[in-house]
Amino acid sequence: MRLLTHNLLSSHVRGVGPRGFPLRLQATEVRINPVEFNPDFIVRMIPKVEWAALLEAADHLHLIQVPKEPIQGYEHNEEFLRKMHHVLLEVEVLEGTLQCPESGRVFPISRGIPNMLLSDEETET
Amino acid sequence: MDSNHQSNYKLSKTEKKLLRKQIKARHTLLRHEGIETVSYATQSLIVANGGLGNQVSRNQLLPVLEKCGLVDALLMPPNKPYSCVRYKTVEESKTAYDTLNGKEIVDDLGQKIILYLNFVEKAQWKELGLQALPPGLKVIEEIISSEDEKMLLESVNWTEDTENQNFQKSLKHRRVKHFGYEFHYENNNVDKDKPLPGGLPDICESILEKWLKEGFIKHKPDQLTINQYEPGHGIPAHIDTHSAFEDEIISLSLGSEIVMDFKHPDGMTVPVMLPCRSLLVMTGESRYLWTHGITPRKFDTVQASKGHKSGIITSDVEDLTLNKRGIRTSFTFRKVRQTPCNCSYPLVCDSQMKETPASFPESDKEALQLEQDYVHRVYEEIARHFSSTRHTPWPHIVEFLKALPSGSLVADIGCGNGKYLGINNELYMIGCDHSQNLVDICRERQYQAFVCDALAVPIRSGSCDACISIAVIHHFATAERRVAALQELVRLLRPGGKALIYVWAMEQEYNKKKSKYLRENRTSQGMKEEISNDASVQELLVKQLPNVGNQDSAHSVSSINDFQDGGCNSKNVANSKLPIHTNRTSFHSQDLLVPWHFKGNPGKDKRVEPFGPLGSRDPGPVFHRYYHVFCEGELEAACRTLNNISILQSYYDQGNWCVILQKV
Repeated sequence: MRLLTHNLLSSHVRGVGPRGFPLRLQATEVRINPVEFNPDFIVRMIPKVEWAALLEAADHLHLIQVPKEPIQGYEHNEEFLRKMHHVLLEVEVLEGTLQCPESGRVFPISRGIPNMLLSDEETET
Repeated sequence: MDSNHQSNYKLSKTEKKLLRKQIKARHTLLRHEGIETVSYATQSLIVANGGLGNQVSRNQLLPVLEKCGLVDALLMPPNKPYSCVRYKTVEESKTAYDTLNGKEIVDDLGQKIILYLNFVEKAQWKELGLQALPPGLKVIEEIISSEDEKMLLESVNWTEDTENQNFQKSLKHRRVKHFGYEFHYENNNVDKDKPLPGGLPDICESILEKWLKEGFIKHKPDQLTINQYEPGHGIPAHIDTHSAFEDEIISLSLGSEIVMDFKHPDGMTVPVMLPCRSLLVMTGESRYLWTHGITPRKFDTVQASKGHKSGIITSDVEDLTLNKRGIRTSFTFRKVRQTPCNCSYPLVCDSQMKETPASFPESDKEALQLEQDYVHRVYEEIARHFSSTRHTPWPHIVEFLKALPSGSLVADIGCGNGKYLGINNELYMIGCDHSQNLVDICRERQYQAFVCDALAVPIRSGSCDACISIAVIHHFATAERRVAALQELVRLLRPGGKALIYVWAMEQEYNKKKSKYLRENRTSQGMKEEISNDASVQELLVKQLPNVGNQDSAHSVSSINDFQDGGCNSKNVANSKLPIHTNRTSFHSQDLLVPWHFKGNPGKDKRVEPFGPLGSRDPGPVFHRYYHVFCEGELEAACRTLNNISILQSYYDQGNWCVILQKV
């Protein structure tokens, strides 16, 4: 699971609503997976990212410092874009957990795959 | 050479008509059969109207063709209204085209028909390979002498008065007489406590003793049904009720030969020639799992070569012709079974049927359980094999994904093996599926994927620029759950975001065009027959269910009628069993179970050939997936119940109903 994917995930336990975001990330195994750098793509992704959630996740993984917010004129700042490219696309969490911030429910991540299945009682109906 | 370009002189009225008919034949061949004709001369010609399917036999057509030149091969596929001829040279083929196009000949029934010819690149036919007899089936030729045959036929007195105890009836399609026990067609069973007085005729007793002694049969039957079929008569495809009779069922053919069709539940049909004076012995799989029936018709498609007598009518199109039926009398012997059946085909076993409780869900809880047992569990089991059959992305879905702006965030809800996740590298695509095993395959392909339920997708609301839901919504078992799944898709979209939804259509033939699903039916039987046979199998399955009363059978019939009337009623009667679909045939019910024939080693032969040679096939386990197939307009109507969307497009694509919607 990449951090960009994590940025899109939210807890769906019954009744938690928007308070289910972001999921708390714990990782026991992380792999850096080189991906071809496409600056235009990163520029398009940045406005879609929930920045606070990304900061928190990067912090949990003890990754290189992510700026508190996208820096001014990032569209033309290759150093920044390369850094974000690395954080968003190249960092893969292979083993670990995702925890719902509201209900405390823990979802396992195994071989890079989060298992987000809930029991019948946990789902919203 | 092309008759289309004869514009340099004025065509006469007749010529115009001929040209019109010829072009029509060309279009029909392309549209319904996928046969492409060419406008230049070749060695091969398609002869429209000159086929076994419209009563033209080989020995009628061949001499006509041979008058124009040396015929290299004449391919006559069964049940098709055309044939294909290959001449030695292009010149001969040209001569045939000029002489025979628009020519009138007389068919086997004495009716005049007109041939229309078109050139084709190659005279070839998809060979079905050598089929084998259904396992457990034997045909023993000349088991009795002509004298015995005559004696047996004379012993049957069809004109006896009604006082006679032996049950006799003139059914719609044949005459029937019972000995030993009366057979009730209403429930396909015998009354075991009421044997008919007199037992089997004496003349049969001695013959049966002889067969036992010679090892042709293992058990002495105690029930006899005599059927008489005139040309044009038949018997619907059926399986003799498991609990009614023992394993071995035998049938003696007298008076005339006939072709009997054996059909496997997966749709494979094996036509078997039963010569005069032969004994058909059905045991094991052929008795318990395959249906058998006789198509009501006056001619059978048979092998043209003389040496061929009993056994399978192969699909060798170079050796097929028509055979006029005579009056056939069959003596079918069975042994009445005293204990419940314990065969290994529970799917079609009335004694074991109770253990498959797939019925139409009455509550949300039952729907959940049905999806758990007949969707989630099945995909988990068949994931690898399923994935090996899902490699070609559908063009219109690829088009949708390629048209999205670069940098779009796209979620594939129910992504299966992830075949759409890598279509467009300019998108950020994430996939999810309920099946861990399918998501594993996505990960092996380096895609971003996770496991979840499509009714509770763990993606933050309004985050997606687009969503796709391909062949997912039809697995939800109630209308409410299908709408909830659509609602969940819309929740993920940002305002202005688009969703593409595909569901399987009830209508597998639309605008007179068969879907790919139907066209890939490679049995040797024509589609019409397939459907009628299928209907009788379904009916039979319903009949055999011990818990199912008349109400339910009435319902299953009415739902078909509703559909045919165009009403397409999607409501379903509670507590009704879900019918089991026959693969590659039309749907007869909106809610149904679709068999998946599992193969353990998909890597070995990548392309799954469900109708390959039977002998080499190891029949793996069969899994049933629940589907709700959508009627025209149903998906759109379900989408319209959501209040924050507009429908951009609603269309039919290869047997699927499709909607593109936009969140407002």
